[in-house]
Amino acid sequence: MSRFPETLALILCAGTATAGDLGRPALPQEIAAWDLDIRPDGMGLPEGAGDVATGEELFSETCAACHGEFGEGVDRWPKLAGGDGTLADDDPQKTIGSYWPYLSTAWDYIHRAMPFGNARSLDADQTYAILAYLLYSNDLVDEDFVLSRDSFLTVAMPNADGFFPDDRATTELPLFSQPPCMADCKQEVTIRMHATVLDVTPDDAAD
Amino acid sequence: MTDSNATGPNRRHFLAAAAAGSALAATAARAAPPDPRITEVQDWNVSWGDGVDATPYGLPIHHEAEVIRRNVPWLTADAVSSVNFTPIHALEGTITPQGCAFERHHAGAIDLPKADYRLMIHGLVDRPLVFSYDDLERFPRQNHVYFLECAANSGMEWAGAQLNGCQFTHGMIHNMEYTGVPLRALLAEAGIRPEGKWLLVEGADASAMSRSLPIEKALDDVLVAYKANGEALRKEHGYPVRLVVPGWEGNMWVKWLRRIEVGDAPWEHREETSKYTDTMADGRSRRWTWEMDAKSIITSPSPQARVNHGRGPMVISGLAWSGRGAIRAVHVSLDGGRNWQQARLSGPSHDKALHRFYLDIDWDGSELLLQSRAVDTTGYVQPTKDQLRAIRGVNSVYHMNGIQTWLVKPNGEVENVEIS
Repeated sequence: MSRFPETLALILCAGTATAGDLGRPALPQEIAAWDLDIRPDGMGLPEGAGDVATGEELFSETCAACHGEFGEGVDRWPKLAGGDGTLADDDPQKTIGSYWPYLSTAWDYIHRAMPFGNARSLDADQTYAILAYLLYSNDLVDEDFVLSRDSFLTVAMPNADGFFPDDRATTELPLFSQPPCMADCKQEVTIRMHATVLDVTPDDAAD
Repeated sequence: MTDSNATGPNRRHFLAAAAAGSALAATAARAAPPDPRITEVQDWNVSWGDGVDATPYGLPIHHEAEVIRRNVPWLTADAVSSVNFTPIHALEGTITPQGCAFERHHAGAIDLPKADYRLMIHGLVDRPLVFSYDDLERFPRQNHVYFLECAANSGMEWAGAQLNGCQFTHGMIHNMEYTGVPLRALLAEAGIRPEGKWLLVEGADASAMSRSLPIEKALDDVLVAYKANGEALRKEHGYPVRLVVPGWEGNMWVKWLRRIEVGDAPWEHREETSKYTDTMADGRSRRWTWEMDAKSIITSPSPQARVNHGRGPMVISGLAWSGRGAIRAVHVSLDGGRNWQQARLSGPSHDKALHRFYLDIDWDGSELLLQSRAVDTTGYVQPTKDQLRAIRGVNSVYHMNGIQTWLVKPNGEVENVEIS
């Protein structure tokens, strides 16, 4: 009889994975190797600095083939500069200067994911310098500007207040949750646009 | 046997029948004159087919060569940060075959072996942890069917009718049965601290794909999945492990998931600031538009699935889904939205999953303006494109769930159109 509760306890433990059963502790070096992300409050920014002139040189070598010498974009590759004040236009130009709300996003993305095809090749100083050049290209800093962890939060992004959280719950869901019309819903229907007129669909599976 | 048959009498009969112009016989199986497919002994009725050792892992029969993912080269600057499209015009039921389920990569589909796979959980946790792939398989499993819809699905149609085929207008979607571990079980191993309100989820590929995920969703129904439709994830869908975020925009379903950081605020990374934010007519933009609203599409007839059978019985087939629940009803209009009929839902009906609907009609051969309208279990009714444009303008890029119109012409051709 005295052995029975122990057996039951063993069965219960075997049936449920409990904290500490699976996985192993992440070592500080491992966390440091992967935890490269930056937040708007500057959390995660490493020591380092870079100026506009250094950034211009680096940008010309490693970025301009796709993004243009001034960040204006080549062919269909993304524009990184310009487009100021176009967000309400018919064809808005969304760049770091015109659209991105936080400088941290640009630093983080360039450092973790660029150059395209050779990511993780820029060190902290190079990233600061390239971003300093992009801020200059967007007319947001002077040519003698030095971007560093200390100066980071002094840069004002023009569209910082241009975003608001998803408001569909108040602006759309009530409107679109009315009982729908089922019969005689409108007088007449006319076709106003044909996709075949535009003719941009690939022709067949061999395309 | 096979060689002699290929040049023998049966083969000649087959060719002769084809030369006789049997398009009608092929589709309608008419009786006069006698159908050689019946009166003549066919090859496959005589000699052997393939042995069971011919195809250890099979592909579709070659007659189905059109049922493939398609690319639209002009959409993006290159093919590794790009998208292709599921052939939904040719599929039935609700489960998407993995081999033709659409892809969206930002730095290509990477090859990450299970043996090299690591998942790290760190940040505001009691115990920062590293899991191997084998560790994940030792957690209690769940199976769920969910749709994954790209936030940009139908996005090219904001400005009007552009692409001619539901594969292109609505094919950034797939629907699979996932096997995996609830994310909350992994987080429980690490122990989330009270101030932990957001998760950063990050992939192992060079795009550094990362999104901020609110803790409420992470603890609700998010899965860390390693199988889909019964087998391992395909390379292009995140092998060996991806995030499954039911009902939410596909970008958040991070593939090749390698890291989860717990924090007290969102990260505002590139994919939730520059991208996956929705610009309104006044130039301000919505962010964190996570849910995919109720939506539907008639997959046949459609521009790639024209009507070849003439007047008479016609099956109208389509898909409906909602990121906020299940589909309660689908309405179909034949006259551009003047009048609507209840469609028939067929097959399994899961929350946040594709539903198949049908309307069986007797077509008199006249022009149709086909539309479908989904109603989900919250009571939300799929809006028209114009209703959406009235609120958002035409530059919000993402979350286009407006009603699609197909013009069916008397000759059976079908076209993507916009109507008043």
